[in-house]
Amino acid sequence: MVMDPKKVIICRCEDVTLEEVREAIKNGYTSWDEIKRLLRVGMGPCGGKTCKMLVLRELAAFHKKPIEKLPIRPTAVRPPLRSTPFRAFLKEEEL
Amino acid sequence: MIEVDVLVVGGGPAGMNAALAVADAGATVLLVDRFYKLGGQLVKQTHKFFGWADRGAGTRGFHLAEDLAQKVKSHPNIRLLMGHELIGAYADGTYIAATWDAHVKIKAKKAIMCTGAAERMITFENNDLPGVMGAGAVQTLMNEYGVMPGQRYLIVGSGNVGVILAYQLLQAGAQVDAIVDVLPKLGGAYWVHAAKVQRLGVPLLLRRTITGVYGDGRVEKAVTVAVDERFEPVPGTEMEHHVDVVALAVGLMPLADVFQAAGVKTVYVPELGGFVPWHDELGHTTCPDIYVAEDAGGIEEATTASLGGTLAGLTAAKELGYPVDEKAVEQYLKSLESFRDSSLSQKVKEGLNKLRSGEHA
Repeated sequence: MVMDPKKVIICRCEDVTLEEVREAIKNGYTSWDEIKRLLRVGMGPCGGKTCKMLVLRELAAFHKKPIEKLPIRPTAVRPPLRSTPFRAFLKEEEL
Repeated sequence: MIEVDVLVVGGGPAGMNAALAVADAGATVLLVDRFYKLGGQLVKQTHKFFGWADRGAGTRGFHLAEDLAQKVKSHPNIRLLMGHELIGAYADGTYIAATWDAHVKIKAKKAIMCTGAAERMITFENNDLPGVMGAGAVQTLMNEYGVMPGQRYLIVGSGNVGVILAYQLLQAGAQVDAIVDVLPKLGGAYWVHAAKVQRLGVPLLLRRTITGVYGDGRVEKAVTVAVDERFEPVPGTEMEHHVDVVALAVGLMPLADVFQAAGVKTVYVPELGGFVPWHDELGHTTCPDIYVAEDAGGIEEATTASLGGTLAGLTAAKELGYPVDEKAVEQYLKSLESFRDSSLSQKVKEGLNKLRSGEHA
């Protein structure tokens, strides 16, 4: 491949490179949840909108399975769905 | 706390049509959108629409948005909550919308999610260098805020978004170096649009992909390379593009996180753009009180989004016990079906079949 995986960003929020993701997979972290906990992909402000599909593609290549057959817990999404400052939780707006 | 019959999330063509359908049937609606202006993606669409006259063909996108917004704003049954994002959805019908300063608790009997989609990213060297952005982001800056993010552009992806962006950039006086696409043929764009930008001198480079962007603190140069049948780069075919913006029009991904948070079953269907909530043509999901309309249920375009929104709205109103014209429902379903008869909808139809033939069918 003509691209250097050190220079390819997978998660812009947490500055995770393609090399780090491949290294994690090589070290046995072979699901989205594990890689998320290890590298913080998907835990930044965008909540995985940039990186999740890219990581899943790497996992699909590793497992030699299509993305729909990968083990992904469906319940892993929890509120707050968007970055929200604490002060917003403290104040309830009455309309 | 706000109590309403129906919460509609998203004020694009799907959300506005859903809100109007519910409100016309007599139910109360709260429409939430994270922006201050209604219209969703229509706001930045300066071109005239294709399709059918009764669904806006021949009208410019932002005019369609203005007409719909007018109806929404003046409807006595619709309340608007602009500048708020949905940050929580709970199984008991409680929803939380928030700004950066405060939150609003919403109790709704039904919710219609018209959250739309996010732009996809691809991998290449230095892909976080300033100057790399989504094609939709370029459109927002240029068409909505009147800001040109650069002078010379490389567009990656020859679908509708990429090709129309090229035309809009030329109209705004920018230079478009090329449109590249990894596939051997034009993406989902209408051929007339693609022919128009090529006549204006923009090369359409097929079977070619981007491998990197380079520059001191921002994009000064992009490199593309030809690919073979297996999408592997062909050595020696590198090409340099002296551009300051790379606009990525490599597809959209439905925003499914709100469904996942609410406990709705989502399924990965590549033809629909990624994870989508399981749903039928009336907008039902696996949760009886949560409905969906395009693009959150699958990437399509404005016409199907408005039809899908209307259908989901009528369905929710009917299931709350409000009288709904059944003939109208039939008519909208027929319209949706015949709109999807075009060859451009082939992929979506395959995706929907796959989704509905699954275990939840």
